Amino acid sequence: MDTQQQILQYILRLGDNALISGHRLGEWCSNAPILEEDLALTNFALDYIGRAENLYQYASKLENKGHNEDFFAYRRSERDFQNHLLVELPNNNFADTMARLWFFSLYEYYFYTELCNSHDETLAAIAQKAIKEIKYHLKHTKEWVLRLGDGTSESHYKMQKAINDYWMYTGELFEMDTFDHEMLNLGIGINPQNIYSLWLKDVRDTLNEAQLQIPEDNYMQTGGKKGIHTEFLGFILADMQYLQRAYPDAQW
Amino acid sequence: MTEEIKDTQWPLWEVFIQSNPGLPYKHAGSVHGSDKEIAMQNARDTYTRRNEGTSIWIVPSNAIVASNPSDSDMFFEPSNDKIYRHPTFYVMPEGALNI
Repeated sequence: MDTQQQILQYILRLGDNALISGHRLGEWCSNAPILEEDLALTNFALDYIGRAENLYQYASKLENKGHNEDFFAYRRSERDFQNHLLVELPNNNFADTMARLWFFSLYEYYFYTELCNSHDETLAAIAQKAIKEIKYHLKHTKEWVLRLGDGTSESHYKMQKAINDYWMYTGELFEMDTFDHEMLNLGIGINPQNIYSLWLKDVRDTLNEAQLQIPEDNYMQTGGKKGIHTEFLGFILADMQYLQRAYPDAQW
Repeated sequence: MTEEIKDTQWPLWEVFIQSNPGLPYKHAGSVHGSDKEIAMQNARDTYTRRNEGTSIWIVPSNAIVASNPSDSDMFFEPSNDKIYRHPTFYVMPEGALNI
């Protein structure tokens, strides 16, 4: 695989994370606990889908086969998607979604902060746009972790359960594989292991402030970067890709 | 006695948006929020999604003092027949466009 192909894979990973996370959050539309939160979550979904669009457009340029961004979103199968398992997990209750998005936004905050210095100018520009959105996702989700953790006994229970349930999906975020090494050597990508300690410190501080316990590190799930997913991604794709699969190139 | 309809949601906040620095804040609407941080974020998410603002004020709705509709006669009608209070009887100096 030549360098161009490797960069393409790296961009697709970032795009897949954004698209799947965006689709999940979009499922809150009309289902959030209050109207204002409904708007907030669908705003976040649109931030993610906008970012996925930018990344897939760049990917189509790198691939140079005449595919547009919709191809990457709608015409690839489960094994082609390389998003982290964390973002494809079901929304469940509001505390679950907030915990999941907080873990992920905190990771993205450090990841994209470093990515702003990428030697790839397009990627750096996308990162600079994204980091503003990510900062707000982080602020909003952190406020909810604090409020639910340090709230009523029921909200505390639900937030603690959410933190415990998602913990085994956080290890994968900081994995480093061949692509990551290649991209790091080229000055295009970042080293996710470098941001782990920053992430963990913030997680500890916030959980402490929220009167929540940090889970113990046990078995960590993995596979997303290799295209090996939980059962849930297939359902997302079935939902998301149905129209383009049934009516290829359908237009509004 | 009529039964009071209670709002079962969080406290209500009034939202004021400034569209550009230096311009007055305009009432945009209201949001619910459990506290001021959440209310501020809800105001941002509800009213500035389409680039409407550069700054937000939020005020607890119960802190707003409103005039009583039954006072409208004495409050507002006396000014109806005092059109001379509008600066429409002055001759515009030549060349002055924006007075």
